[in-house]
Amino acid sequence: MAPIEFTVNGRRQSVDVAPDTPLLWVLRDNLGLTGTKFGCGIAQCGSCTVHIDGAPTRSCVIGISTVAGKRVTTIEGLSRDRSHPVQRAWIAEDVPQCGYCQSGQIMAAVALLETTPNPTDADIDAAMTNICRCGTYQRIRTAIHRAAEGV
Amino acid sequence: MTAHVDVTRREFLQVASAAGATLVIGFTLPGCATPGAPAGPPLEPNAWLKIGTDESILVIVDRSEMGQGIATALPMLLAEELEADWSKIRIEFAPADPVYNHRLFGMQATGGSASIRAAWMPLRQAGAAAREVLIDAAAQTWEVDRAACRAENGAVIHSGGRRLTYGHLVATARTLPVPTEPPLKEPKDWKILGTRVPRLDTPPKVDGTAQFGIDVTVPGMLVAVVARCPVFGGKVASFDAAKAEAVPGVRHVVQISSGIAVVADGYWPAKTGRDALAVTWDEGPTAGISSASIGRLFAQRAARAGAVARNDGNADRALSGAASRLDAAYEAPFLAHATMEPMNCTAHVRPDGVDIWAPTQFQGAAHQVGAGIGGVPPEQVKVHTTYLGGGFGRRFELDFIQEALETSKAVGAPVKVVWSREDDTRHEFYRPASYHRLRAGLDGTGRPAAWTHRVVAPSIMARIFPDTVQNGLDGEAVEGAVEMPYGVPNVHVDYVLTDTGIPVGFWRSVNHSFNAFVVESFIDELAHAAGQDPYEYRRGLLGNAPRYRRVLELAATQAGWGSPLPAGVFRGIAVHKSFEAYVAQVAEVSVGSEGAVRVHRVVCAVDCGPVVNPDTVEAQMQSGIVYGLTAALYGEIGIDRGRVVQGNFHDYPMLRMAEMPRVEVHIVPSTDSQGGVGEPGTPPIAPAVCNAIFAATGKRIRKLPIGQVT
Ligand code: FES
Ligand code: FES
Repeated sequence: MAPIEFTVNGRRQSVDVAPDTPLLWVLRDNLGLTGTKFGCGIAQCGSCTVHIDGAPTRSCVIGISTVAGKRVTTIEGLSRDRSHPVQRAWIAEDVPQCGYCQSGQIMAAVALLETTPNPTDADIDAAMTNICRCGTYQRIRTAIHRAAEGV
Repeated sequence: MTAHVDVTRREFLQVASAAGATLVIGFTLPGCATPGAPAGPPLEPNAWLKIGTDESILVIVDRSEMGQGIATALPMLLAEELEADWSKIRIEFAPADPVYNHRLFGMQATGGSASIRAAWMPLRQAGAAAREVLIDAAAQTWEVDRAACRAENGAVIHSGGRRLTYGHLVATARTLPVPTEPPLKEPKDWKILGTRVPRLDTPPKVDGTAQFGIDVTVPGMLVAVVARCPVFGGKVASFDAAKAEAVPGVRHVVQISSGIAVVADGYWPAKTGRDALAVTWDEGPTAGISSASIGRLFAQRAARAGAVARNDGNADRALSGAASRLDAAYEAPFLAHATMEPMNCTAHVRPDGVDIWAPTQFQGAAHQVGAGIGGVPPEQVKVHTTYLGGGFGRRFELDFIQEALETSKAVGAPVKVVWSREDDTRHEFYRPASYHRLRAGLDGTGRPAAWTHRVVAPSIMARIFPDTVQNGLDGEAVEGAVEMPYGVPNVHVDYVLTDTGIPVGFWRSVNHSFNAFVVESFIDELAHAAGQDPYEYRRGLLGNAPRYRRVLELAATQAGWGSPLPAGVFRGIAVHKSFEAYVAQVAEVSVGSEGAVRVHRVVCAVDCGPVVNPDTVEAQMQSGIVYGLTAALYGEIGIDRGRVVQGNFHDYPMLRMAEMPRVEVHIVPSTDSQGGVGEPGTPPIAPAVCNAIFAATGKRIRKLPIGQVT
């Protein structure tokens, strides 16, 4: 097995694992980036959402070999100090409950706002398909609107 | 994982050495440390507080934070009486120690929506005691009359204008006795309690630094995935580890009491190895059961009289004399908790001691299990509680902790056991399935003269606390049915304990979750039979239940009960008390041409007595509604050949953003007795929605989940 190289949060990484290992587990177990969460393993819940070359992606079903040469951003790479507008909006609305889904929710929201800076409720419904078992959807919606308005 | 950016080196070392690993729970707001602060040990007036010479206030949170906001609410209780500067508060989760036993349960556990009720006095007293000793220290330092000193915002102030912050008083306060019966503040003087204090755990939950159980890493740790018998109660007959051992990264394959653990360098090789394992199971007697056989068992058992839980008047006689009668059977399925974070636990069993890092609701029992499996005295067992990615009662169980302990012991290394979502869905302690037989008799005016309710269900308590089940009566199994609040002269409620072979456990709002559905649907049936408005009918029968009536009226008023709605939208209402909190909900629902149910809006009124943090109360009502609505619309665990049919979110679906109704929460200002908020939002939503469906379609939903209404 040749090592697989890619970029995570601006840093070059090289890992030597089975090529079908999902990106999620490389991030969590090999690179120690545990902010990205495991919820289902079958692209159903969105807890594992990261950006690959800017696109929101459920990392639990992305084999690491397909990530070679790509640019991955995780929750840890969003800002150094929780200053990303989406993080600030999340804090202002006190969105998280247990918090487990929130890395994925935030990464999904960031991607939505990058393509749709002023999303309607229908846009939010369509883009935000991640599960929150604590039911924070109402606050997520409010926080996305708040981030869109400049927090 | 590196330590949190804001955790100073000193704090990090403190926490890390306490935890024996890089487990960093608390966080610090920037700019907390005072330059030139006096050095020295902190003031520790009791088990919950450490006041540092650097002005830091460390609150030891002795309940598990699983989303309900307790890691903010408990510090609020302390900080109010302490007159603390809120920006200086940090938190750390408590170790297992009897001093942290729950005042109502007598054990260190989190559940029953009872954390605030238990902590309300002791934590305020703990904060007040610290405040008093700090005032004593200032008076002594200044050599002034203590009556001229007061505490405010992290400092003691003398009427003459002198001021010393708490950090500067720590050294002196450490030498003084801590008062045992300090005075408590008048509610009118509260500055923190009753206000919308932002959650302390929000910052680490928006940047990925909050550490959940699944995130724990300790040096030398391996990861295990366990193969368990798909049939409840089954055992390993034989297994062949060769294929699992051939997976690169797999280090050990060991048998433990729940099955076969495949232990590897990470989750992926462990899971790959587990899936490659060849195991022959001895499935045992449960292999013959199915949802249909359980349904038949319940219906049979409903024909016999149960253990009597309530008996007012003579319901049978009143029924035979009634002007009209109603009979109905209701059913509710098994449900999985589906916490967002699958079950997991990390343990390190060594000859000299045991460490357990767990997202657990039950530290007290984890501690005992650690001592038992580790073969060491309890003093040598450390339980490190992480954040919980949801609990809902599932993390009150010990199965995942036991697996980590056994596997670590077997391989001689720290081991993190991680469950897949399928493991989590199929090896649960489910919300009991239940069957209900209801009868009512109305008099000529439509008022109920008799009400009988027979609950047929497995007993959770029979498994966990068997001594509480007396003569076949599990008082919890009929919770919410026994307290049926309506003014009916003849009431009979009984319980037929019926084990099914499927493990059952506490699921958010426990047995209230189905009893509320049944009681609040059947009273709606009575209203309809009486030809009366379902809200007015309830209201008229709640004359002796003022707190029920008050939330019912508030929800109806705020919802605009009786006012016109958009075409195709209909209202349903329900009210229920659980965990000493009273909640009424009005649901606005439409049913599409294909029978698809859409909930547009929920208006919720809650009376939980004195409120610690209204923002949390709102959040918990929203959360409880989503939890109950998910179950009402979709939730069903089916059994086939003794196995759970569902496995993941594609066949055990969750409510998502696009289905989320607008939820409005109204809190009754109340100085009455206190209730919880983590669970009481859940029970009323299923009947409120089902009653709206009846208004929309004339179809009475008597079996959950609702699914398509055809
Ligand atoms: S863990 Fe990837 S979508 Fe659920
Ligand atoms: S905050 Fe708990 S799952 Fe979303």
